[in-house]
Amino acid sequence: MNTIITSKIIITMMIPMITGILVMLSGKKPNLRDSWSTLGAILTFLSVLSFLPTILGGDQLQYTMFELYPGISVKLNLDPLGVIFALVASFLWILASLYCVGYMRGLNEHAQTRFYVCYAVSVGAAMGAAFAGSLFTLYLFYEIVSIFTYPLVMHHQDEEGYAGAKKYIIYLMFTSKAFLLPAMVIIYVACGTLDFNSMNIVQGIFPHGVDHVTVAVAFLLCLFGFAKAGVMPFHNWLPDAMVAPTPVSALLHAVVVVKVGVFSVCRVMLSVFGTQLLADTGLGIFTAYFVSFTIITASLIALTKTNLKARLAYSTVSQLSYIILGVAMLTPNSITGGLIHIANHALAKITLFFAAGCIFVASGKKDITEMGGLGRRMPFTMLAFGVASLGMIGAPPVGGFVTKWYLALGTMDIHNWILLTVLLLSSLLNAGYFVPVFLHAFFGKPLPADEGLTGSLENRPLIIFMVVPLVITGILSALIGVYPDLFLNLINLLVKP
Amino acid sequence: MEKYLILNTLNFPILSLLLVIPVVGAVIAMFMRGDTLLKFWGLAVTLVTALVSLPLWTNFDTSTAKYQFVELRHWFPALDLNYVVGVDGISVLLVLLTTLIMPLCILCSWTYIKTRMKEFIIVTLLMETAMLGVFVSMNTVLFYIFWEGMLVPMYLIIAVWGGERKDYASIKFFLYTFAGSVFLLVAIVAMYITTGTFFIPALMDHSFGFSYQMWIFAACALGFAIKMPMFPFHTWLPAAHVEAPVAGSVILASILLKMGGYGFLRFCLPMAPAATVYCMPFLLIMSLISIVVGGYLALGQSDVKKLIAYSSVGHMGFVTLGIFLLNEAGIKGAMLQMLNHGVTTGALFILIGIIYERTHSRELSVNNKLGMFMPIYVTFLGIFSLSSLAFPGTNSFVGEFLVLYGAFDKFPVVGAFSILGAILAAAYMLRMLQKMVWDDSDGHVHHGDDHGHGDDHGGHKLFDCNFREFIQLAFLTVFVFWIGLHPQPLLHIMDTSVAHLLHQIDAGSAVQEAVHHHGEHHALLETAGAWVRNLL
Repeated sequence: MNTIITSKIIITMMIPMITGILVMLSGKKPNLRDSWSTLGAILTFLSVLSFLPTILGGDQLQYTMFELYPGISVKLNLDPLGVIFALVASFLWILASLYCVGYMRGLNEHAQTRFYVCYAVSVGAAMGAAFAGSLFTLYLFYEIVSIFTYPLVMHHQDEEGYAGAKKYIIYLMFTSKAFLLPAMVIIYVACGTLDFNSMNIVQGIFPHGVDHVTVAVAFLLCLFGFAKAGVMPFHNWLPDAMVAPTPVSALLHAVVVVKVGVFSVCRVMLSVFGTQLLADTGLGIFTAYFVSFTIITASLIALTKTNLKARLAYSTVSQLSYIILGVAMLTPNSITGGLIHIANHALAKITLFFAAGCIFVASGKKDITEMGGLGRRMPFTMLAFGVASLGMIGAPPVGGFVTKWYLALGTMDIHNWILLTVLLLSSLLNAGYFVPVFLHAFFGKPLPADEGLTGSLENRPLIIFMVVPLVITGILSALIGVYPDLFLNLINLLVKP
Repeated sequence: MEKYLILNTLNFPILSLLLVIPVVGAVIAMFMRGDTLLKFWGLAVTLVTALVSLPLWTNFDTSTAKYQFVELRHWFPALDLNYVVGVDGISVLLVLLTTLIMPLCILCSWTYIKTRMKEFIIVTLLMETAMLGVFVSMNTVLFYIFWEGMLVPMYLIIAVWGGERKDYASIKFFLYTFAGSVFLLVAIVAMYITTGTFFIPALMDHSFGFSYQMWIFAACALGFAIKMPMFPFHTWLPAAHVEAPVAGSVILASILLKMGGYGFLRFCLPMAPAATVYCMPFLLIMSLISIVVGGYLALGQSDVKKLIAYSSVGHMGFVTLGIFLLNEAGIKGAMLQMLNHGVTTGALFILIGIIYERTHSRELSVNNKLGMFMPIYVTFLGIFSLSSLAFPGTNSFVGEFLVLYGAFDKFPVVGAFSILGAILAAAYMLRMLQKMVWDDSDGHVHHGDDHGHGDDHGGHKLFDCNFREFIQLAFLTVFVFWIGLHPQPLLHIMDTSVAHLLHQIDAGSAVQEAVHHHGEHHALLETAGAWVRNLL
C-alpha cells in the first residue's frame, strides 16, 4: 500500500466551492445559475470517480495544505472509507440539483441564489470531510457544514424556520465546542498529533500503554461531539431541522449533514482509536449497546408520527445508528455492514425524501393520513417510495438487506444475541412504520375532498424534474443490493488489508 | 550589556524613528487647516510609521532571545538611567500590530469624527507614540513614562469625542488605570532602590528574595490586571468601550488591552518568577472566572458594543490563562491570542462603527435583518464573528487551541473549565450574528425588498460598505486567515524568547524551593495555595 502525495485531490473539494461562487455571480439569471449547480455536481462526481482506480488498487492519495503547529495540519488523505462517502455524496448531489430545480421553481421559493450557494458550499465541505486526513481537518469541514447549512434550515424565514434553525445551530455548535474541542485537545496531548492513521484500522494513533481513562474520555467526547450523527440524546435537532425545504432535507439531512456526522464517528473510531484499543477498553461494545437504544427508541417515536417528513426524520435517527453499531462491533463483517449502510441508507433515504417533496409540490400533502389513494395518481413516486422502504426495512433484494446481513453476521461473530435481537426488532419496527404508508397510498381511501379526482400528478414539466431523480435513486437503491461489489471491495481494502 | 542586547544594525535608527514620526506628525498637524487635509495627513503619518516598522519583521533574528534593533543613549548617568529601546520576540509582534492598526483607526474615523478633527488627529498620533514606547522601552522609567503617557490621549479621545455618558466613562477609565499604575511606580522605585538599575534585562536577571518578589508581583500584577482587564477589575472596560468613538474602541481593544498581557510577560514572570509560580493557581482561577463571567455577561447584552466589550474580558481571560500556565504552548497561545484579539475585535469595533454611522444605534433590536440590505457588510461580520468564537481555520482557533493544549497538558481541570468559555463565545457570537443578519423576532417589522442598496431600514438609509470601509475590513480579513492557516512564522518569531522566558521562570522556581526550605512561610497564603493546588 503506497501513499501518493498529490495536490490533485484538492480539486474535488474546490469544485463545489467554485460552483458556489459562480452561482452567486449568476444570481440574476436563473437558468445559468441552475446549470452551474448541476455542472458543478457532475464535475465533482467525475473527479471523485477519477481517483477510484487508484484507491481500488490499494493506494492512498495525500496532500498537506497547511501546517498550523507540529501535528496539527489541514491535510487531505483519500482512503477507501473516504471514497465511499465522497462517491455517494457527490453522485447524489447531481440528482439533488436536478430535483432542486423542480422543487424550488415549482413552489416559487424566495432567495434561491442564497439557497444554491449554501447548498454547493455545504457539499464542498462534506467532500472536505470525506477527504480529511487529520482530526483537525475533519473538524474544520464539519464546522463549515454546520455554518452553511444554517441558512438552508431557516430558508423560509418564518417563525418555525427560525426556531428550527436556532435549535439546529445550538445543538451542533454546543456539542462541537463542549465535546469535540476538548476531545481534540486531549487526543493531541496524548498522541502529539491529530493526523489519522489511515493505513490500518486496527492501530489508531494512540501510543502504547496509554491511560484507558483518557482514551475513554476522549472517545465519549468524540461520540457526543459529532452530534450530526444523531445519536441520542443529541438527536433532537434533526426532526426540527426538517422545516427546511425538502431538497435540503433530502440531500443534507439524509446524505450530507448526518452522514458527515456518522462518517466522522466511524473515522474517529477506525483511524484515531483503532479497533484494538476500542476492544481492549470495552468501548466498542459499550457503543454498540448505547446506539442500540437509539435504534429502538427512534423507531418507536417514528411510529407515532403522521407527518411524513417527521417520520422519515426519526427513521434517519434510527438508521444512522446502524452504521455506528456495525463499526462498534469491531469485527470485519460488522464493519462491512456498517460502512456499506452509508451508501445503502443514503440512496434509500434520499428516495424517500424526494418522494415526500414531490408529493408536497404536486398535491400539497404533508400528512400520511391525507395520502390515501395517492399511489394511483403518482405511481412512479409511490413505487420508488416502496422500493426504498424495503431498503430501510432490510428486505432483499434492496441494499438494506446487505447491511442487515453483514450486521447479523457481525453479531454472530461476537456471539451477542442481544444485539441480534435489536437488529430483528428494529426491522420489525421499520416495517411497522413504512409499510402502512405504502399500503395506504395504494389501497387506502382518499380524503373526502380528493374523492373522484383522477389523472396523473406526475406529468407537469417541473414535476418531471423531481420524479426522474427519485426514480433513478429508487432503482439504484435496489441495484446496489443486487450488486454491492464496488462498495464491498472498497470496504475489504479497509478490513482485510 | 552585550549579553542582553544586539545593537541596531540597520542603517537607520528604526525604533526611535517609530517613536518620533507620529510626534513630529502631530506637531506639523497643529499648523494645518481643513479637515480633509488633516485626515490625509494623519493617514499618511500612520502609514509611513507602518512602512518604517516593516524591517522589524523582515530583519528579525529568530535565533536569539536578546533584545534587537537596540539604541542606547546616555540620559541621566548619575542614576544609571539611559534612553534604551529594543524589541525581542515577545514585543516585536505587538509593535507591528500597533503600527498596522493605527492607519485603520484614522480610516474608520473618516466620517465618524465630525468635530475638532485637528485635535483628534494630534491626539491619535500622540497615542501611537505612547503605545509604541511601552512596547520598545528597555528601562522601567521609560516604560512608565510611556505607560502614563497613554492615559491622557486616551482619556481625551473618550472624553471629547465620546457618547452620551462620556464624562463618566472617561473619568472611570482614568481613575482605574491610574490607580493601577501607581502601584507599578512603587514597584519600579522599590526595585531601583534594591538593585540600583532601571534596566529591564538586568532586573530580570536579578534574583530577589521571595517575600520581596511577592510584593513586586502584587504591585505589578494589580496594575496589569486592571489594564487587561481581569475580573473583578474589568468594570471600566464596557463603560469606556461603549462611550468611546470607534477609533477609541479599536485602540482600546486592539492595543491597550495587550499592555496588561505584555506587562505580565515582561515584569511579573521574569522579575518575580518564584512569586509567579507561587501565585499561579490564584491567577489561573481568576482567569477562569474572567473567561466565564465575561462570556456570560456578553450573552445578555443588547448593546453590540457592550457585547464585544464583555467578550474582550473573556478573551483576555484566555490570555492570562495561557500566560500563567507557564508552559510553552500556553504562553505562545496567549501571545497569539493577543494578536488575534487585536485583529478580530478591532475589526468588530470597526464594523459596529460602520453600522452606527448608518442607524445611529448600537442596539441589536435596531440593527437587525441587515443580511438583506448589506451583503458585503454581513459577510465581513460573519467572518470576524466566527473568528471571535475561534472557528477552525481562523486566527483565534490557533491561539485558543494552544492555550487549551497548554491547559490540558498541565491541569486538565483548568482546561475543562476553560471549555465553558469557548461554549459561551460560540453562544454570544452566534446570537449576535443571528440577530443582526436575519432576525426581527422582537416585533420590529422593516419593509424593504431584496435589492440591496440604499433601502429604507426603520427610517435610516442603509448603504453597504463603501471602498474605504471595505479596504479596512479586507486588510484585517487577510490576517484572520493568514494566522488561522499559517501561524508558523509568527510562532517562530516567539520561539526563542518564550523558551528564554520559561528558562528564567524555571530558575525562579528553584529559588522558591530554597525559600521553602528556609521556612519563610505566609500562613494564610500557604493554606489557600495548598487548597487551590489540591483542587487542580
